Formats: sequence, C-alpha cells, structure tokens
Amino acid sequence: MKAWLREHVLALRDSLVRMGRTPLASLLSILVVALALLLPAMLHVALKNLAALAPDRGTDPQLTLYLRPDAADAERLGVEAALRRQTAIARFRFVPKDAALAELEKATGLESVVTELGRNPLPDAFVVTAAPGNARILESLQSEAGKWPGVEYAQLDSLWARQVDAALRAGRLLVLLLAAVLGIALAAVTFNTIRLQILNRREEIEVSKLIGATNAFIRRPFLYFGALQALLGAWLAWALIEGALRLIEAQMGQAAVALVSPGAALLGPGLPEILLATPVAGALGWSGAWLSVAFHLRQFDPK
Amino acid sequence: MIRLSDVSKKYPGGQEALRRISLDVDKGEFVLLLGHSGAGKSTLLKIMAAIERPSAGTVSVSGQDLRELRPAAIPYLRRNFGLVFQDHKLLMDRSVRDNVALPLRITGFEGRDIARRVRAALDRVGLLGRETAHPVELSGGEQQRVCIARAIVHRPAIVLADEPTANLDDDYAREIVKLFTSLHQVGVTLVVSTHAPQVFDGVPTRRVTLTQGSLQS
Repeated sequence: MKAWLREHVLALRDSLVRMGRTPLASLLSILVVALALLLPAMLHVALKNLAALAPDRGTDPQLTLYLRPDAADAERLGVEAALRRQTAIARFRFVPKDAALAELEKATGLESVVTELGRNPLPDAFVVTAAPGNARILESLQSEAGKWPGVEYAQLDSLWARQVDAALRAGRLLVLLLAAVLGIALAAVTFNTIRLQILNRREEIEVSKLIGATNAFIRRPFLYFGALQALLGAWLAWALIEGALRLIEAQMGQAAVALVSPGAALLGPGLPEILLATPVAGALGWSGAWLSVAFHLRQFDPK
Repeated sequence: MIRLSDVSKKYPGGQEALRRISLDVDKGEFVLLLGHSGAGKSTLLKIMAAIERPSAGTVSVSGQDLRELRPAAIPYLRRNFGLVFQDHKLLMDRSVRDNVALPLRITGFEGRDIARRVRAALDRVGLLGRETAHPVELSGGEQQRVCIARAIVHRPAIVLADEPTANLDDDYAREIVKLFTSLHQVGVTLVVSTHAPQVFDGVPTRRVTLTQGSLQS
C-alpha cells in the first residue's frame, strides 16, 4: 500500500514538474480546456441569474388560489383539505397575506407605495405546484378549485411565465448538451496534449519498457498530467466567469444590478456546482489521457 | 538459468537472423558470444531478454518458458536482467544519477535506497562524483559505464551486454572487462556479445561463436 501510494505521489510530482518545465505550453493547454468549459458554464450562469428573477416560482408549473379577503378559517382549512386530496399535484403551500406583502416589498422595492395604501391589499393564497411536464393537471384543477368555498380566483401561470419556464428548461437542456459536447472536446484536447507528450518522451518510454517498466508505470504520470490540466482548466474557467460577472456588475452599476438580481450581485457558480464540476473535469482529463496513452503505447515496441 | 532450444528468428523481410540455436547458460556462468557484425549476436540477446520473440523454438529463463508468459508479465521478467546496450540508450536530458536510478524507480525503491544504490553502482564503475553530469558531457567510455551502472544498480541475477567494448579504446575496454569479471566473481550470470574477443583474453569465459545465425561449437 505504501509503495503504491509512493508511486502515485511520484507520478503526480513528475506531472507537476513537467508542467513547470514548459509553462507557456502548459498555460495554453489549460486555457484551451478553460475555454471549452467556459461556454456551457457561462450559459448555466446566465440561466441561473434569469431563474433567480422569480425566486419563488421555481420552474415547475404553478396554480395560485387566491382566497376571498373575508374567507373564514374553516374555508381556508377546507381548501387545504381539498388540496391534500389531490394526489396528482407535486406539492402546495399556504402564503399568508402578510408574507406575500413582505415578499412583494422585497422583490420590487415598493415599500413606500404600500405604506401609503395604509392596508395590505393582498389576499391569502395557496400556491400549488405540479410535477414537471404535468401542467395539464393544474388546468383541470383551475376550473374545479375556482368553485371551492373561500376561493375567489384561481390563476394558472400566465403565458409569459410558462414561456420563461419553457425557455429555462430548453436552456438547461442546451447547457447539458453543450457540456456533453464540450466535455468530449476537453477529453480530445487532453488526448492530443498527451499524444505530443508521449512523442516527446518516446525515448524515455522505450528505455523504461526495455528495463522492466510496466504499462501502468508509464501510463501513470500522463494520467495525472491530463487530470491536472483539466482541473486547472476548470478552475481557470470558474475564475474567468467570476471576473466576467464582476466586470458586468461594474459596467451596469449597483442600482441596475439590484433590478435584475435580488441579492444585488449577479450569481456565479456556487460551491455545489464547483464541487461537482471539479471531479467531472478531472475525470474527463484523466479519461482523455488514458485513451491517448492506451492508443499510443501500443505503437511502442522497443527493440 | 537460460535455455534456448532450436531457436530460429526470421524477420518479416525474410532475413533469417538465427538458425536452430540451442544453448544452455548455467547460473553464475560467463558466456562470451563471438561473431562478426550481423552474425545474430544482438538478436540472440534480445530473444533472451524477451525483447524479440523467436520465430521457432523455445526459450526459458529460470525454468519459465517465455512462450507461456503473458505480455503483462514480460516487464517483471526483464527486471531479472541487467541490460547493457551497444548504443547505451541513455536519456540525454537526464543526469547520470537519474539515468542510473531509472530501474530502481521502476521497481518501486524508496528515495533513500535509490540514492545509496546509485552511489554504490557509480562507485563500482568509477563514476562517483559525476552524478549531476548529463550524458552529453561524458566520453563514450563514460557513457558505456553509466549504462553498465544502470544495468547493475538493481543487482540483477543476469547481465546481458551487447558489444559493451565496441568503439572504446583499449584502456576503457579493459576497465569494462575488469568490471564484468568482478560481477562474475560475485555470482552474476553474464552473457556478453563481442566481435573483439581479444580484450577478454585471460578471463575465464565460455566462448560461443555465431556465424551467419548458426552456432559453431
């Protein structure tokens, strides 16, 4: 175990040394990897910011049941019980009018207008969410729930909201497709970088094989190199995105940013995304390197 | 220790390098393979080290039939050998120390052991103090000695040397012969090819002559 670990540490060190020996070439390769990752990552960030404009809506189809201002508690409980019996919906939640008002003030910055009104004009409401792709259930529920005691009005997502949802969903699908395609590109970039490295180290590989090196011994530093390059590329892409967002914020000005982003800052890749992207990028680099070594080592038959 | 039975080697172009060679090399033996250039000496050494496969016949090393050896097991077999190449096969962008340490790194030795063994091997070939030099800074004889140090650093049971004294002047050649003799004295099995046997005169060896791929007894 100790020897196995030592060999891996040595292979990792060897990869770092090789990167350090050719800093410009290494940097360019890392940059290519970063650019390959940048496109889907930027699109993902754009969608994330777009989705954040309607933070409570989420992206699933929703039906809102507005209760009459004078609805009794018994009627509210009746609506809640009726919703519990609806097995086809994904979930529902009660939004008291005070919470709705606070949300409205926070989202729109209309505190002064609301204060001038002197009373809360919003009703209590239930927000019902259907499972993705199951919006038809809400359409039938809309007509049914509109007749329930205590319900004044049942409003299905307006057309534009549904269009935004559809666009967000299509955008997310596009991100996934782009990520898959550019993931392959990342592996291809690594494949080619490793191919060049193998050609540069041909003599060393041949001599090593002659004196007893296994394919695993020869392969290991290249695998680490591929994984490291992809990891560094992923982190560079992340840094570039953060830099781009800060640049956009600076250009837009704080007030404009606050209009499009509730947190007064554009959203970048979060920790969960980075924690997911890092091993995925590393694995893609490792795979590209593995394919390259497996393919090219076959051509090395030392004599 | 090494047994060849009816070994022939024919290259794809039709050239027959070896014809029905049968040869036994016992443990601790010092065998000199003699013959002119192109006689098949290098091919025979490569077949012993599983670098080339024979077209016919069987080769066994320490009782292991090489035909039955899986490709993945060949590197482990080669670790039993110390190989000295006619063209040295040194890594020119690496120091003498790194070149000599390569077999130890391959077999997974620890850093301290590597340093100790490399020093011992370089001391044995008279190159202690040249650890940081690169092969291009060394003479042909010194490069050959680095190659020998690399071959013996992991203390192999068998040393196969292909023309180790070629292109060397007499003094360097005698130094290398002396080195092989000292290895033989500590029980290492040696198979050394040469087309200039006179430098081995006075050394107790078994001489085997190859002529156009055939063994002359």
